[in-house]
Amino acid sequence: MSKTHVTTKVNGDTVEFLADPRASLLDCLRDNLGLTGTKEGCGTGDCGACSVTLDGTLVCSCLVLGVEAEGREIGTIEGMAEDKELHPLQRKFIEHAALQCGFCTPGFLVAAKALLDQNQNPTEEEVRYWLAGNLCRCTGYDKIIRAVMDAAAELRGEAA
Amino acid sequence: MHYHSPSTFEDAARLAASTTGVTRFLAGGTDVLVQMRAGMVLPDDLIDLKGIPGVADIQQTEDGGWRIGVAVPGIQLGAHAALVADWPGVVEGMELVGSTQVQGRATLTGNLCNGSPAADSVPGLVAAGATVEITGQDGTRTASVEDIPAGPGKTTLAQGELISAILLPPRGQNGGDAYLRFIPRTEMDIAVVGCAVSLTLDGDTVTAARVALGAVAPTVVLVPEAAEAIIGTTLDDAALEALAKAASAACNPIDDKRGTVAFRTDVAGVLAGRAAKIAYTRAKGA
Repeated sequence: MSKTHVTTKVNGDTVEFLADPRASLLDCLRDNLGLTGTKEGCGTGDCGACSVTLDGTLVCSCLVLGVEAEGREIGTIEGMAEDKELHPLQRKFIEHAALQCGFCTPGFLVAAKALLDQNQNPTEEEVRYWLAGNLCRCTGYDKIIRAVMDAAAELRGEAA
Repeated sequence: MHYHSPSTFEDAARLAASTTGVTRFLAGGTDVLVQMRAGMVLPDDLIDLKGIPGVADIQQTEDGGWRIGVAVPGIQLGAHAALVADWPGVVEGMELVGSTQVQGRATLTGNLCNGSPAADSVPGLVAAGATVEITGQDGTRTASVEDIPAGPGKTTLAQGELISAILLPPRGQNGGDAYLRFIPRTEMDIAVVGCAVSLTLDGDTVTAARVALGAVAPTVVLVPEAAEAIIGTTLDDAALEALAKAASAACNPIDDKRGTVAFRTDVAGVLAGRAAKIAYTRAKGA
């Protein structure tokens, strides 16, 4: 099987890798680039654990081929904190104990950030619908929703 | 597997015509990649259409209709205010497909070509009278959307043919459309029944209508008898009753874990009435 040379941008950095044309972007991120923050839950686009942004649009990286990343810009969980400063969403997930096993957390954070980047004042209903494609089998979701609402409030400059 | 990224639809058609193994076209990939992973479909040739200029564009045509590229994802349809104003039923059908993440990739053309009888975006397109532009080796032709599905997972497209655009007719004045589906939860599920209605009014009277049903037959179906039940009426109770009866009569569903034959048949009539009322309200400009 001949591999395809792919040049793409991940979290602002230009990277290159050799992709099996059948390999998903998720596999390429994890296996070729060592970015293992993005998780594989179902591999069929149902659970959202592999959420990344592709040219700013939230997608499941298991439903994108690695070769499709050529010339695009990808955002992953590794690009969320700035140096050692956690993103407010990351901090609020910790404060609200919005995770237990943590496997779904990178996907939830990337998805929630994509929402807050375009809507800093979502209703609880909007948050719940936006995150309907992210499954968590531990928390029961309420803590996650509260953490996102609280992070949104902080980003708007409102005291918690 | 060979991955191809042609730069014209003609090249894509020639490639597809020349292959001897399993060939798949790739737009959003939300069905193809799942099938590949499950081992249901293992393509020898995968033809990615996203490198073709214009595939990500929504354009208004000279006659006031719309040309929607084959790689336009759901999220882009919903963000297009003028398209939503003209064809809210088409857009709301597509927006019911999958999660936010899936909306970032999934396309109208892919939903149509996947051939599912329960495809949420297809009844809206059929009710709207949408057509598709098909590119083959010998040029292009157009076909009605309802003529594309041939049964679960099958289309009427020949080898070496592919859809190169979705074409929506001009909405015109005093028109409205709507799509409703029944699922046992509020999000992220497959339609047990889907129904789209598009209609045009003259004053309070329906002068033209199209009704399409999903998930109640091997393909999405256009139901002319249901449209006839409301044309010439003001969508009064008698017309709604006749519409429900005609919609139920057109059902030829399966029994499965999501719904029985009797349930699907009954719900088709209920949804037809509700969708018609929404379309009517929208046609009134409300």
